[in-house]
Formats: sequence, structure tokens, C-alpha cells
Amino acid sequence: MNHSPLQTAILFHIGIVPISRTVVTTWGLMAALTVASWIVTRNFRVDAGAWQVMIESVVAEIEEQIAALLNCDAAPFLPLLGTLFIFLVAANLCGIVPGLTAPTASIETPAALAAIVFLSVHYYGVRIQGLGAYLKGYLRPNPVMLPFNILAELTRSFSLAMRLFGNIMSEEMVVAIVVALAGLLVPIPFMAFGILVGLVQAYIFSVLSAVFIGGGIGAIEK
Amino acid sequence: MTVQMLSIIGAVVAVAVGSISPALAEGRAVAAAMEGIARQPEAAGSLSRTLFVGLAMIETMAIYCLLVALLLLFANPFAR
Repeated sequence: MNHSPLQTAILFHIGIVPISRTVVTTWGLMAALTVASWIVTRNFRVDAGAWQVMIESVVAEIEEQIAALLNCDAAPFLPLLGTLFIFLVAANLCGIVPGLTAPTASIETPAALAAIVFLSVHYYGVRIQGLGAYLKGYLRPNPVMLPFNILAELTRSFSLAMRLFGNIMSEEMVVAIVVALAGLLVPIPFMAFGILVGLVQAYIFSVLSAVFIGGGIGAIEK
Repeated sequence: MTVQMLSIIGAVVAVAVGSISPALAEGRAVAAAMEGIARQPEAAGSLSRTLFVGLAMIETMAIYCLLVALLLLFANPFAR
């Protein structure tokens, strides 16, 4: 237990940029997801086969959930939020594969994803509401609340990252401790619980991102 | 007592005490949502979605305590 979960193992350097294990795992996941998407969407037809129906129902369900959350057309947000959800499911669950650790169990990946969400809130807010109306949203309910609104904007992104990191990392740590105590068969219920935690955290991260973006575009009250 | 011993005690207290109130709060939230679903089964979808968001918010408090414990154990600025 001497390995700190707040530090990451550096594998090699490109120039002066250190490349950690987390980054390599993320690259592998990105490549796998891209190739998988390319393969399953390669020959879509009007008379859909079993695979196509499965993919379409997943995409349609994500779109329906976003539309129900935001009370508006989900099309502009589907690429970001859908990709976020699918990537997070893959990233949280790849810790199950022997030899791999979940990229979300080290602090950089959740922080980077939360930064993407933080920036996209402003991007969608300015694009849909216009700059003036979006900035005026920070003065509601009255201008005294301006510092608190800015503070809330920062802290909620921080807690978004910390929530994902804390859950996935503590999950992996519990499994590691149980493996060290009793290696055979005992860790299996904990790993099964880890699958549930990974799926729920991916869902919560996506839903909270949708809620934040909805607050940014003024579709729902913050 | 050395700084290391104090940090270990601090980490244990942070997690143990800090998870009491989120546990109680999550229990109350789930109980209220169950009651709502029992009264209005047709609202189960939107209720459970709101419940998940609310639980995530409550859980953040416990996660912060975990983070404080981790900082004390692995990134303690006063040790060494």
C-alpha cells in the first residue's frame, strides 16, 4: 500500500512530455472505441439487422434521456454527452480486464473530462443564448450573487472530477486490499459491485454534465 | 506522537465521521423518493433521475472526506 493513488506511473517520455500509463490506456480505449464504431456503422441499411437495431436503440435512448433532462432538442448535445457516456462506461469498466487499470482511477482523466464539461457549458451557453444574455445569467437572482455564481461554477466542476475519481479509485483500492487479504473467489462480489459503481458513475457524470449545460443554456434553473 | 501517526488518526477520523451525515442524508433522500414513487408510480422515471443527481450531490461530501484522508496519507505537506 505504498503506492499513492494521487501519483501516476510514468512509462516513457516523448521529448520532454512524460507519458503515463493512464494516457496509454486512454489511447488504447480511444482507438478501440473508434474502430468499433467504424465497424458497426460501416454497412447500415434501411432494413436493419440485429446489430444495427442494438446500436440505434442505444443512441436513441441517450438522445431521449438528454431531451427529457433539458426539455429541448437533444441534437446539438448528443455528440458530446453521448461520447462522454460511452467513453466513461468503457473507461470505468476496463479495470475489470486483467492487467489494465481504469484511466478514471487516476486524477488526470476525470479532471480533463470535467474541464471539457466546464468549457462546453460556456460554449453552448454563448452559442444558444448569445453572449449578453448568457453573462446576464450570472447576475440572477440579483447582482449580489455574482461572486457566488462564479464560485459555484468552479467548485461544481471540481466536485464533478473528484466524484468520479474518488468512486472509481476507492473501488479499485477496495478490490486491491481484498485481493491482498484473501485472493481466491472472495474479491469477486467486490468486483461485481465495481461494475455497478462504474456504470452508475458514468451515468451520473453524464447526467450532471447535461444538467450543467442545461443551466448554461437557460433550459433549466441552476 | 509523530506527524505520521497524527495523519493516520486524522485520516481515519475524517472518513469515519465524515461518512455519517452523508449516509443519513442519502437514506432520507431514498426514503422520500420511494414514498413518492409509491404514491405516483407514473413519475418513477423523472423521480429516479432527480434522485440520482441528488444522491451524487450528497455523496460529494463523503468523497471530499475521502480526498482529505488521501491527502493526509499520501500528500501530507507537514510530513518530512
